[in-house]
Amino acid sequence: MTTTHDLLVGHPFLAGLPAEHVERLSHWASPAPFGAGMRIFEENGRADRFWLIHDGCVHLDIRVPGRGDAVIETIGAGTVLGWSWMFPPFRWHFGAVAVDQVRSIAIDGAAARSLLDADPGFGYELTKRFMAVVVERMQATRIRLLDLYKAPA
Amino acid sequence: MTTMTAARYRVTERRRETGDTVTLALEPVDAPLPVFRPGQFAMLYAFGVGEVPISVSGYGTAGPLHTIRAVGATTGALCGAGPGAMLGVRGPFGRGWELPAPAGADLVVVAGGLGLAPLRPVVLHAMADRDRYRRVAVLIGARTPDDLLYPGEYEGWRAAGLDVYTTVDRATTEWDGHVGVVTALYDRLDHRLAATVACVCGPEIMMRFAARGLVGLGVPAGQVWLSLERNMQCGLGHCGHCQLGPLLVCRDGPVVAYDRAGPLMTVKEL
Amino acid sequence: MAPVVLSRLDDLLAALRQDGRTVIGPTVRGPAIVLTEIAGAADLPYGRRTEVEAGIYRLLPGDERLAFTHTSGPQSWKQVLHPPRQRLWSADRSADGFTVTDEPEPPRRLALFGVRPCDLRAIGVLDHVLGDGGRYAARRAEVLIVAVNCTEPGGACFCVSAGGGPGADTGHDIALTERPDGTYLASGGTADGEALLARVPATPASADDISSAERAVESAATRMGRTLPEADLRTLLAGHRADPQWDDVAQRCLTCGNCTMVCPTCFCTSVTDTTDLTGDHAERWESWESCFDLEFTSLHGGPVRESNAGRYRHWLTHKFGTWHDQFGESGCVGCGRCIAWCPVGIDVTAELHALNAHPPTPAEDAP
Repeated sequence: MTTTHDLLVGHPFLAGLPAEHVERLSHWASPAPFGAGMRIFEENGRADRFWLIHDGCVHLDIRVPGRGDAVIETIGAGTVLGWSWMFPPFRWHFGAVAVDQVRSIAIDGAAARSLLDADPGFGYELTKRFMAVVVERMQATRIRLLDLYKAPA
Repeated sequence: MTTMTAARYRVTERRRETGDTVTLALEPVDAPLPVFRPGQFAMLYAFGVGEVPISVSGYGTAGPLHTIRAVGATTGALCGAGPGAMLGVRGPFGRGWELPAPAGADLVVVAGGLGLAPLRPVVLHAMADRDRYRRVAVLIGARTPDDLLYPGEYEGWRAAGLDVYTTVDRATTEWDGHVGVVTALYDRLDHRLAATVACVCGPEIMMRFAARGLVGLGVPAGQVWLSLERNMQCGLGHCGHCQLGPLLVCRDGPVVAYDRAGPLMTVKEL
Repeated sequence: MAPVVLSRLDDLLAALRQDGRTVIGPTVRGPAIVLTEIAGAADLPYGRRTEVEAGIYRLLPGDERLAFTHTSGPQSWKQVLHPPRQRLWSADRSADGFTVTDEPEPPRRLALFGVRPCDLRAIGVLDHVLGDGGRYAARRAEVLIVAVNCTEPGGACFCVSAGGGPGADTGHDIALTERPDGTYLASGGTADGEALLARVPATPASADDISSAERAVESAATRMGRTLPEADLRTLLAGHRADPQWDDVAQRCLTCGNCTMVCPTCFCTSVTDTTDLTGDHAERWESWESCFDLEFTSLHGGPVRESNAGRYRHWLTHKFGTWHDQFGESGCVGCGRCIAWCPVGIDVTAELHALNAHPPTPAEDAP
C-alpha cells in the first residue's frame, strides 16, 4: 500500500529534499482527492494548507462581477498549489477548482510554518522550491502581459 | 519561380478564421508555380497595393492555401479578396520544415497564435505518414479561445493519432480548457526528448521561450526548428532587407534550427 | 596577344562605338568627376586630380596630358548594372482581374571605360550577389569593360589591404595603364577584349614599356593612404557585437546613408507599388534603399534596427563580416568612397582598427 510518505517522496516538488524533512512533513500530510468540478478553496478563504498535485489539473480563478469566475491559470500535475498559507493574513487571493479528477496531498499550513521556523535548513529547502515555482509562473505571467499574439499596432 | 514578376492566381474560397484572419484557397490562372513545401512561403500581391510574404498553410484541390492576418494595407487587401478575386503569387521561397523527420522520432509542434498557419502542413504530413513517427504532439497557444486557428480540425487530428493540446492566455467564461502560456503544456509530453524533433512557430519571443524550454527538457537544439520572420521584399536574397546576422531569412530560412538561430535572436537589433 | 601602346584613346573609343557600344566613362561635371556617356577622349577628365580625405573630395588642377590621376568619384558602375530605379512589371485591371505586362527594356550594349581595379572587383562582387537574377545577368552580358590601372592612389584608398590592388586582375576585357607621357599601355583580358584591341592602331609594347608600367602600378600599391587591420574581419565583427565602439560611432553617424549610395557594392533595394490616378494601372518599381533608413527593417509596425548604433553596426558588419557568410567573400573593395563622402568623415578603416584594439565582447550565453 502506498503511504502518504511514499507519495511525498515521489512528488517532483519535493525531489531532493532530505529524508528527515520529508518524514517530518509527512506527519502533517494527508491524501486529498477532488472530483471534477469540485471547488478546492474559495478566494478570501482561510489559507491553512497547501497541496502537492499528483494527477489532474486545477484552475485558479477569481470572481469578477459581471464576468463570473475568470480562470487565471491552469495548474497541472507534479507541482504545488497554494502559497498564501506562508504569509499573513493567511487568506487565499484566488480560488481553485478541480478541472478533472484530482489526486493530491494536503499539508497543514500552520504546522508547516512551525517546522520552517524551527529549522532554518528545512525552511531554506522548502522556500527554495516555492521560489522556483513562483519564478516560473511570474515569467509566464509576464509573457502573457506582453500580449504577443495581439495584432501589431 | 525565381522571378520578381507575379503569376496570377484566383481566389476560389475564402474562409474566415478569426476576427482578423482569413484563409484563401487559390487556383492558378496562368501556368501553376511549383508545389510549395511545408514551411516555404509565397509573396502574395494585391493589385495596386503591394506584396507580402505569407507561408503556405496547406493545399486545396486546385492550389495553395494561405492563412492571412490583416495587419496593414496589403494584408488588409488580401483578407478582403473574395472568391473570384485575382491575386499575384511568387514563389516558392525559402527553406521549409525538415520533413520527413527521422523514422521513429517523436514530433512536437508548438504553435503560438498565427504561428499555427505555417505549421499546419507539418500536422498534415504527420497525419498522412502517421506510422513513421512514435508520438506526435501538437501544442497550440492563442490569446483567447476565439483566436484559435482551425479549431474545427482538431478532432480530426486527434482521430489520426496526434495528441492535440490547446491553451489560451485569457479565458472566456465558456472556456474550460487550459489557461496559461503554451510552454506550460510541455508537462503533457510523453516524448523521448533526445529523439524529438520540434517545429515551433509564433511571435519571436514566444519562439525563444518555447525553444529554450524544449532544450531545457533535453531536446537537442539542432532538432528544434523555428520559422523566422523579417522584412522581405524580394524573396530571392537580392533586396537585403531580411538579414539576421549572417542569415538571409528568405534564403537560409525561414526555417532555421535553434542552435543557429538562438544566439542570433538574443542580440538586440541584429 | 601581347600588350600594345596606344598613343591616344580616340581610336579605342571609336572602335568601341563601332562595336555598337555606348561608352560610359568619367567626365568632369561641376565639382566632381561623374560617370556618364562620353563621346570622345576630350570628354575625359584630363588635367584633373582629386584630393580625397575623410569627408573631403575636391578637384584640383593636374597634369594636362593625363586623364586618370583622379580617384573614385561619388558614382560607381553599379548605377549602370543595377540602376537606382527600375520598373519590374506592370499590371492593368481587366474584366476578370488584371493582366501582367513584363517587358523589360532590352539591355544597352555598353562599354564601361575607365573602370579602376577596385571598381572592377566591385563588379565581380555584384555579379556574385545579383548574377542569378535575369535582369542583372542580361545587362551584364552586354557590357564590355575597359579597366584603367591606378598609378596614383587616392587619400582614402585601401584596396591592397581589402584583398585587391591597383592593378586589374580579372574580369576586364581590356586593361590600360596611363603613362607619364600621356600614352597608354593596353592589354586584352578576354578574347572579346583582344579582338577589339587588335582593330585599334597601336605600336607593340617593348619589354621596357611593360615593366615600367608594372613598376608604376606596384609602386602605387605601396603608397595606399589607409589599411585595414590585419585580422579576420568576419570573426572580429562577430565577436564584437556589444563593443562600446558602436555607441561611439553612433554619436557621429547621421544615418544619412551616403556611404551606401556611393559604395560600389551596396545592393539593397526596396520594391514599391504605384498606381495611376484611375487606379486601373499599377506598376512595381525596384529602387535603391539604404539599410540606414528606419523603414529598412520594418516589422510589425516598427523597425528591428532602430538605433544609430544598431544600423551602423549592421552596415559595417555586413560589408566586412557577414558578406562572407552570405556570398563567400568580403563586400568591400577598398575604394574609399564611403570615407570621402561621409559628411562627418567616419573612416571605416579607423572604426575597424578601434574594434580590433578592444577585447572581444562575450558571446551571448547559449540560450
